[in-house]
Amino acid sequence: MTDPFNGWTPEALGDQGEVLPVVTAPDAVLSRPGPEVDPSDPKVVRLAADLLATMRVSPGCVGLAAPQVGVSAQVFVVDVTGHPKAASVHGAFALCNAKVVEATRWRPGREGCMSVPDLTGDVKRAARVVVEAVLPGTAEPVRLTTDAFEARALQHEIDHCAGLLFLDRVAGAHALHQRKVYL
Amino acid sequence: MIGKDRPGIVADVSEALARLGANLTDSTMTRLRGHFTWTLVCSGPGAAEVDAALGPLVAGGQLLATVREVGPEVEAAAAGEPHLMSVHGADRLGIVAAVTRVLAENGGNITDLTTRLTGPLYVLVAEVDLPAGTADAVAKRLAEVAGGLDVEVTLRRTEMDVL
Repeated sequence: MTDPFNGWTPEALGDQGEVLPVVTAPDAVLSRPGPEVDPSDPKVVRLAADLLATMRVSPGCVGLAAPQVGVSAQVFVVDVTGHPKAASVHGAFALCNAKVVEATRWRPGREGCMSVPDLTGDVKRAARVVVEAVLPGTAEPVRLTTDAFEARALQHEIDHCAGLLFLDRVAGAHALHQRKVYL
Repeated sequence: MIGKDRPGIVADVSEALARLGANLTDSTMTRLRGHFTWTLVCSGPGAAEVDAALGPLVAGGQLLATVREVGPEVEAAAAGEPHLMSVHGADRLGIVAAVTRVLAENGGNITDLTTRLTGPLYVLVAEVDLPAGTADAVAKRLAEVAGGLDVEVTLRRTEMDVL
């Protein structure tokens, strides 16, 4: 597998990042489309480091987008390393201004979200995507081709950056499931 | 049927119906805020007989059964275009009333609906048949109404792959 990031790793951010509180729906920031960012802006680099730090301390978290820490911006991090549903895995990475440019092999799957802690939903996502974005702290465009669970995680995070939650994409009236048991 | 949830309610109720010769047809069961709820249609014996057969199950006061006779099955009306509406936002009075009124005023017929309240978050997902060609106007009106309620709404065409 060729490295779409050309050797870039989160260490390049030069910042351990700070763990930030995660906001939950119905916070308005989650429904607002985030603006594009300047990937070379030190504030954006810092935000990417904070997202990584927050993702790492959150059990089971495979991705986190800027709106989830209260910042309306097109920045997110993903790390599906070790996940049983993952096929292609690119480790931990952060992307700015990401766009899905190709999406094929649509499959249903059940998703949860740290910002919607009590519900899960069945959502159809492309099992193979090509995403174009920019790495924080660089000006280099990257083109990432991935599949399976990493593809799902990317689409979920790109949705966050566009102000969309999985609740906006559930597959039907019986596709919403409660996590908490009221007994 | 509605009551305090416990393992075995479905088995107990369906067994009582089977013993009576009542044929269970369509039904839907879920838990609503922890309460067991089951709406079912069965054919065969009369309402009074079913009521009597369920008597032992409701005697403890933990389960409530309401049995009514319904008319014969009717052919489903010609369906419009199937759509899916998602609504979510901070819980407040009247969200369901306001958004479903928009659907009704445009001839939309809800065929399935789920609402959930978790903490301060209210979520509604409805499947709705809309008259052909009305979806764009309905989506526009829904956006206006949702804006006034400070909730998010999306209306999408339901995909159907017939294999």
